[in-house]
Amino acid sequence: MTSIAPPAAQLDRPASPARPPASPIKPTGTARQGLFATRRPDAWWIEPTIVAIGFGAFILYSLFSSLVWEPVFHVPYEAQGYLSPFFSPLIKPDWLPWWFSPAILILWIPLGFRTTCYYYRKAYYRAYFVDPPACAVGEPTIHSRYRLEAAFPFILQNIHRYFLYLAFIPLFFLWLDAFLALRQEGVWRIGVIGALMFLNVALLTGYSLSCHSFRHVIGGKMDCFSCSRGALLRYRAWERATWLNIHHLRWAWASLISVAVTDLLIRLLAIGVIGDPALRF
Amino acid sequence: MPDAHLKVFRGRPGEPSEFVDFDVPVEEGMVVLDALHWIQGHRAPDLAVRWNCKAAKCGSCGAEVNGRPSLTCKTRLSDFDLDEPITVEPMRAFPLIKDLVTDVSWNYAVNRTITPFTPPENLPQEQWRWQQRDVDRVQEFRKCIECFLCQDVCHVLRNHETERAFMGPRFLIRVASLEMHPIDQVDRRQYLKDSGGIGYCNITKCCTEVCPEHIKITDNGIIPLKERVADAYYDPLQWAWRKLRGREATGAGTELPVLPAPVGAPPPPAAATTPTDATATESAPAQTAEPAAAGTGPARPPRRVRTTKSARQTAGRKDAARAPRGRRDGGAG
Repeated sequence: MTSIAPPAAQLDRPASPARPPASPIKPTGTARQGLFATRRPDAWWIEPTIVAIGFGAFILYSLFSSLVWEPVFHVPYEAQGYLSPFFSPLIKPDWLPWWFSPAILILWIPLGFRTTCYYYRKAYYRAYFVDPPACAVGEPTIHSRYRLEAAFPFILQNIHRYFLYLAFIPLFFLWLDAFLALRQEGVWRIGVIGALMFLNVALLTGYSLSCHSFRHVIGGKMDCFSCSRGALLRYRAWERATWLNIHHLRWAWASLISVAVTDLLIRLLAIGVIGDPALRF
Repeated sequence: MPDAHLKVFRGRPGEPSEFVDFDVPVEEGMVVLDALHWIQGHRAPDLAVRWNCKAAKCGSCGAEVNGRPSLTCKTRLSDFDLDEPITVEPMRAFPLIKDLVTDVSWNYAVNRTITPFTPPENLPQEQWRWQQRDVDRVQEFRKCIECFLCQDVCHVLRNHETERAFMGPRFLIRVASLEMHPIDQVDRRQYLKDSGGIGYCNITKCCTEVCPEHIKITDNGIIPLKERVADAYYDPLQWAWRKLRGREATGAGTELPVLPAPVGAPPPPAAATTPTDATATESAPAQTAEPAAAGTGPARPPRRVRTTKSARQTAGRKDAARAPRGRRDGGAG
């Protein structure tokens, strides 16, 4: 089946990048090799570019906000009873040095959860690793020795389910923060930022419950949904998780944006740039 | 309507190849395959095109239209800007035979390494029962028409060299349809991890994007399989739980080589197996559907290990035996 493979120079390929040697374990095709080699005339590069910019902006903002903004520029992460979602639950023992942000103690959980998330993996493999940059678009030849999730370090993506379990801890505290923010100094209030905190935690909950690992654990791992009453219950839960999972991409982006916006508004409130219009009773 | 300007790949292995320009008169509702037939009828009678049903169900006419793997019988010319040329070339992940025809027999060799549907030995076919909800997932995967567009677009097969074999999305979907079957008894997780190379898939979803049957290959097939492999190999809590319960095995399943034949070896005689033939074994009892070793090398005999695919399948077997209503056919579709 491979004996009829054409010589490299005779087919429509760029001359420079050397094609990897033929392998007995895959068909020997004639795909164009080399970075961004493709015959697609459409703007395939727009999506990975937007993703790369969007993720990059969030990563830079979250690092600045959680590690630098308060220790260096003295912009508090709490204001009028609102706590930034990057810092919840707030763990701040007295012995922590001034430069050590308490966010570090928490942020690794959502960071690990999102880094190992199946949607984000697709997004950053395309946008940052160009592996591939888009469908039927060429990759850098450095990718020829390919192992990815079959070897260290990317094999660690398989622990995504543990980050899911851990992610429910900050999620619980974010709900708690949202409810606690309803009452400040003995007065009930429904403020814009308080409502945003509820929206944020709702989106984070949707993102967590639409997770592929959650869908698997809750029922997808079963082969028979009708074999017992318990299996039937798990089937119902799996159905709902599947319904959420269809929109996992949207949950991922919406919750990412809402976390950043909530944090930003609380910071702006703290330094007096904005107010917090609220119904108080 | 204006003419469509097609640039069609012409060539054979070992000969100079080129893109040849054709102007094709366009009629309403015309698809790319119609244009190729017009070229065959009026300009190039020796143009090689593989096609059959012209209804997007046989999966024969796969090609790359403007760089995207597509069924030419399902790709309308009206979807393109006819002022620009439309390129048509063969599926690039597979060896070229001539013009737009490629050799996809590798796929059938991979297919034969998958342990087929294996019902309980002590359960006669007349007593197979299951509920619709149990096979909804499987039925989605059974929509596959084996056009191999997903294999073509998969960057692991298309662009990479790997140390071990990677079976590709089409066959991950087939394994998913077997693994999720309510009465199938074989555990294929070790096969998926070691022989099938599921770790090579980095879930970039190109297979899902090109599937003409709109199967959610990644979300509903590959990711659940990755999670099942993680259950067996990458979850320390589940490992400890199995230890406590005295279940050492993760379900060894089968140990099957993928294409042991060296480069340049002639294709195995059975390579002419049609997709229909290859998948028909799924509904046959395992005793009559032993997978053949692929290739011409010193193939190890397929080893089927009766596995511990967890108590739920035992429950499923019992349930299947006592349920009064349900389907009686062997396949899930």
